[in-house]
Amino acid sequence: MKKSPNIFKPAGSPHKSWLPFIPAAAILLIWQLLNISGIIPPYMLPGPLQVLAAFAGDFQLLMRHLLYTLLEALSGLAIAVTAAFVLAIIMDANRFIKQSVTPILLLTQTMPVIAVAPLLILWMGYGIAPKIMLVFLTCFFPVTIGLLGAFASADNDALRMLQSMGAKKRQLYFYIKIPQGLPAFFSGLKIAGSYSIIGAVIAEWLGGDAGLGVYMIRVRRSYSFDKMFAVIILVSALSLLLIKLVSLIEKAAMPYRKGITENHG
Amino acid sequence: MFTNNTAQFYCEGIVKEYYEVPVVQDISLELPEGGFISLLGPSGVGKTTLFNVLSGVEKPDGGRVYLNGEDITGVSGKVSYMLQKDLLLEYRTVLDNVILPLLIRGEKKKAAREQAACFFPIFGLTGYEKKYPYELSGGMRQRAALLRTCMTHNSVILLDEPFSALDAITRRKMQAWYAEIAEQMKVSTLFITHDVEEALILSDTVYILNGKPGKITNKIEVIPPRPRDRDFPVSNEFAQQKRFILEAIGDK
Repeated sequence: MKKSPNIFKPAGSPHKSWLPFIPAAAILLIWQLLNISGIIPPYMLPGPLQVLAAFAGDFQLLMRHLLYTLLEALSGLAIAVTAAFVLAIIMDANRFIKQSVTPILLLTQTMPVIAVAPLLILWMGYGIAPKIMLVFLTCFFPVTIGLLGAFASADNDALRMLQSMGAKKRQLYFYIKIPQGLPAFFSGLKIAGSYSIIGAVIAEWLGGDAGLGVYMIRVRRSYSFDKMFAVIILVSALSLLLIKLVSLIEKAAMPYRKGITENHG
Repeated sequence: MFTNNTAQFYCEGIVKEYYEVPVVQDISLELPEGGFISLLGPSGVGKTTLFNVLSGVEKPDGGRVYLNGEDITGVSGKVSYMLQKDLLLEYRTVLDNVILPLLIRGEKKKAAREQAACFFPIFGLTGYEKKYPYELSGGMRQRAALLRTCMTHNSVILLDEPFSALDAITRRKMQAWYAEIAEQMKVSTLFITHDVEEALILSDTVYILNGKPGKITNKIEVIPPRPRDRDFPVSNEFAQQKRFILEAIGDK
């Protein structure tokens, strides 16, 4: 039989991190060729080089907007993580509260964020507050659910062992439940991290005078498609960067994980 | 019933029921200071239930548990216990695992670490203070778990089949090593096992728990008294006592 292409990598073959760059380069090349050939008019679909030029031209402006968006995203995320920890611990420690609050928590997640955003602007004005609020609303849920699940599945034998040593409830969280919950917490945080940027941008669409979302609206109104592409790519790069940052913090926070995954993975 | 019992740790007439079905009935054991007693019985006879009662994790439906003359029925933290699972926390170094009992009692981390570090040579763990549990072999993990148990500073230790997850060779080594440590640390041991040879080699007294509900059917004072020489496991005395115990378990 003919040797099949390398879609299904044989188990154990080294991970080649440069592989995804081949199709990416191909796409960019085709995109640029389409642009040069004139099949699609350049004002509708600018070529990659044009996008790059737009990015370079507006670089300082973009960075200023980026910092503002990043500030909103990180503030919202920080508040969401703190609140998630507090609520998850309260819910885990008290079965009555857990049973009564869980349905409400789930219900809030069915509400579309985009629909809530205009209300927030109406209530809180055009400043930074409604943006942070929206980021908080989008990030709070994945982190809380992750933590709740982790607390509930803490090792019972380990908990009993600590109790037999006379541990107080606070100590059970400190020594067992929180450290055992860290992997789930970080999975939730990665999702929340990318949500936070998107949440901030959506909030900015609806009004304000700074941020990548505001920039997006402005360039769209002036039909600068090249700048539009530049900012879209910047937003996704920012999300990726944030996820990467969470991964780095995760590795630093859990040095023992390396060995565990090596031994069992 | 024991009257004016002078044993360090003993229980009288322990009954434990689950949903009104008795699991163990009328259990009386005594463990003298520095002694080593084994509780031997087939699986499902209520050994672990009894163990939970003795360690104070569960309250009995009848009977009392005493330590140094004090009634400790249903009070946890007075005697230490160790399970077959070593329960080392993967995210703490060996040293930080071992000091858990001290931290829970409210001691400062630095002082606790210094105190525990002194015991690492005795437990054969020198150089592994800063390693994580996954870097240790099964035998070493059990030794670390035992050191953690000893750090509770309780003089009575309950062991629930602590070596049964280890391979046969490591288990033999751990048994001999444990006997030495118990002597050095001046602790008394109640040992739960289903391994007849293990019980005979280690104990002063073997209690046989059998039936449904579980009752003490035999109490065997192992001859010769400890310390015993290395040939004991191949001696005639050993074989006779082993046969007697096997028959006692099999009869029921």
